[in-house]
Amino acid sequence: MFLEKMYFPHDISTFGPSIDAIFLLIFWITVVTWVLVTITLVVFLVKYRTRPGRKAEYIEGNSRLEITWTTATTVILVALALLSRSTWADIKEHGPPGDFFYKVTAKQFNWEITYPGPDGKIDTKDDVTVENEFHVPVNKVIRIELESKDVIHSFFVPNMRLKQDAVPGRTIAVWFQATEPGTYEIPCAELCGFGHSGMLGHLTVQSEDDYNKWLKDTYTNQ
Amino acid sequence: MSSTAAVEIHGAHAEHHELGFVRTYLFSTDHKMIAKQFLFVALFMMAIGGLMAMLMRLELGWPENQWSFLRIFPETLQQDNAITPNTYNSMFTMHATIMIFFVVMPILVGTFGNLLVPLMIGARDMAFPKLNMFSFWVSAIAGVIILSSFFVTGGAAAAGWTSYAPLSAVPNYTGVDWGQDLWCISLIVLGMGSLMGSINYITTIINMRTKGMTFFRMPLVIWSLFITAILLLLALPVLTTALALLLFDRMAGTHFFLPSGGGEPLLWQHLFWFFGHPEVYIMILPAMGVTSDMIATFSRKPIFGYRAMAYAMIAIAFLSWIVWGHHMFQSGMNPALGTSFMLTTMVIGVPSAIKTFNWLGTLYKGDIHFTTPMLNALSFVAMFVIGGLSGIFMACTPVDMYIHDTYFIVAHIHYVLFGGSLFGIFAGITYWYPKMFGRMMSEKIGKLHFWITFIAFNCTFFPMHILGMGGHMRRIYNPLQYDFLKPLAGINEFISVSALILGAAQFIFLFNLIYSYWFGEKATENPWHANTLEWTTPVHPGHGNWPGKLPTVYRGPYEYSSPETTEDYWPQNAPPEHMSAAAD
Repeated sequence: MFLEKMYFPHDISTFGPSIDAIFLLIFWITVVTWVLVTITLVVFLVKYRTRPGRKAEYIEGNSRLEITWTTATTVILVALALLSRSTWADIKEHGPPGDFFYKVTAKQFNWEITYPGPDGKIDTKDDVTVENEFHVPVNKVIRIELESKDVIHSFFVPNMRLKQDAVPGRTIAVWFQATEPGTYEIPCAELCGFGHSGMLGHLTVQSEDDYNKWLKDTYTNQ
Repeated sequence: MSSTAAVEIHGAHAEHHELGFVRTYLFSTDHKMIAKQFLFVALFMMAIGGLMAMLMRLELGWPENQWSFLRIFPETLQQDNAITPNTYNSMFTMHATIMIFFVVMPILVGTFGNLLVPLMIGARDMAFPKLNMFSFWVSAIAGVIILSSFFVTGGAAAAGWTSYAPLSAVPNYTGVDWGQDLWCISLIVLGMGSLMGSINYITTIINMRTKGMTFFRMPLVIWSLFITAILLLLALPVLTTALALLLFDRMAGTHFFLPSGGGEPLLWQHLFWFFGHPEVYIMILPAMGVTSDMIATFSRKPIFGYRAMAYAMIAIAFLSWIVWGHHMFQSGMNPALGTSFMLTTMVIGVPSAIKTFNWLGTLYKGDIHFTTPMLNALSFVAMFVIGGLSGIFMACTPVDMYIHDTYFIVAHIHYVLFGGSLFGIFAGITYWYPKMFGRMMSEKIGKLHFWITFIAFNCTFFPMHILGMGGHMRRIYNPLQYDFLKPLAGINEFISVSALILGAAQFIFLFNLIYSYWFGEKATENPWHANTLEWTTPVHPGHGNWPGKLPTVYRGPYEYSSPETTEDYWPQNAPPEHMSAAAD
């Protein structure tokens, strides 16, 4: 994968591929534009460098050119916006119905992960809260209520291209579906104080059996 | 007409009286002296802001390393000769605050605005010279306040230059007490200074253009300063309001941004970025204006599409009010709103593209002279293209979800602000140095500075795009705390070495500035063979700028290589042939 050679973390989310695809599309549009503009610039600089006996040509402008490049850039940029719209809406506006539900509460400088008790519901007495250890089953739609106790934090999973600020006073809905078992990092991406650097949780994606076993052990240890 | 006559008498009058030291150098009302005052203070602040960047790069290149020279700092800033996390947070907060508010804005608006507006439109001074003086001194007080915040208990502000509430609103969250208060107070005071300046520029440009200087005969740098002044006038009160509310939350127990009392943290972000996005254009438009003038003058050609250039800036000015939400895509703001802001943000890219194409069009079939100001202006174009293109990535909401708050953003902002604004500043200072000090800056030293800066700049900031693509968060003190960032350590080290070279290279510029003051080649009246009015004054213009009558303007500012003249330039005030024949 080209992007992984460019240090992109390995993607394990369902929406990651479409984000990476848009990134690559913009990447190639901008690279081609940059190459064309820079070649033009350099060619002009070499070709029209001052030489004795030559005067510059008196050219004030060209309306047709102005209209052409204004229209061309507008069309490309607006097309990009329209193209990105649905991916964004799928990730942040709606999304599939959830299979598993959690609450993540950010605080200086930890992530509190609240697992529903045997009743499967959040905000009931049998909830279990663990710091910085977020276990989820693979290939299931995970839904999170994201909150913060003090300042703004940002829930960031580089391996899923997922980022959402946690804002005190608000409950923000986040969803994802992890496609590969493993352990991944959850750094905080919004400056949250002197301990911001190093505020780090771990996302463990497991098979459903392993997950259930882990959860059971956690309940009994509570 | 009578008021012009009165000003003329005043101008002639002023030359006969030698003013004392204090009235000449400290409390001067001469716009040219005020421009220099802004320049010197800003260069001093640039040294401080730059040194902080160097300390940050030491930390990021070699995290938590002990540097014996850090002993010179008090125990509150370093621990066992290593930079502490809180100090690091203060460093990036103050680096950005100082560079934005006390370096780029004062030079672009304070120095270039003051120096060029009266000289280029043919006025004796600003509309309100005393207000102008006051504007500088108010800004200077703001500078003293921000510097004093380093020395209070708890240290300087550490909540980022964006100071997001609630982190900035409750002292306990950062451990910074008076530092953050002084940060707010300093920027409120600075806002007043900027307001005085902007009212002055707007009034002067509207009312005091000399005979024949229509709006569409103004040089583009004056257009850019005019639009910038309007943006300043409208944007700064919003920041001032937000800062006052923040100060109330901190000091008076209000809860504007604190949910515990019914407040809303996102209100701060909306207010801040509603100011902050026009602010971005305040910091780039004057540099665009400078670049346009340099490219036309040194290509010896009219600017390509003069009106399109002016209209593009007007379009930017309008659009800059409806794009602020693109800073807030991941903030918890309604994601549907994100889509609207994505669209407006894409659209604001268009006028910037128009400007770039017109700069290329100006070079086409030109007679290009590679002077130091021209090299810096060309670098502006090349770097601004990269900064503009990288902006498309973050304008796109789903891609922004990944790169938001990473080094991709740091790379983008430095390509625009350093690659753009600062190269524009280097171009402008070198170009107008003879107007300010009567001597030319050394071309040899200038070119040496340019090439080292250009190369070191790209080695410093281009790899930051790759860091961002690797997910490297901004504002972290030690990237080695994260496994996924460990492969990027080598890049961080490379960036740090480049940054140290980049920082050191700025002493060459400083040296050139001082050296040329005494040993530079003596300037002639019009050393660059330019058309604009500032070159029709004496080499050392006195108070009032023109010894005799104000110049009359007959044509636009970019009549280079016109078929109607034998010379390759045609000053704006040179009478047309039939008139000069009549005068003979």
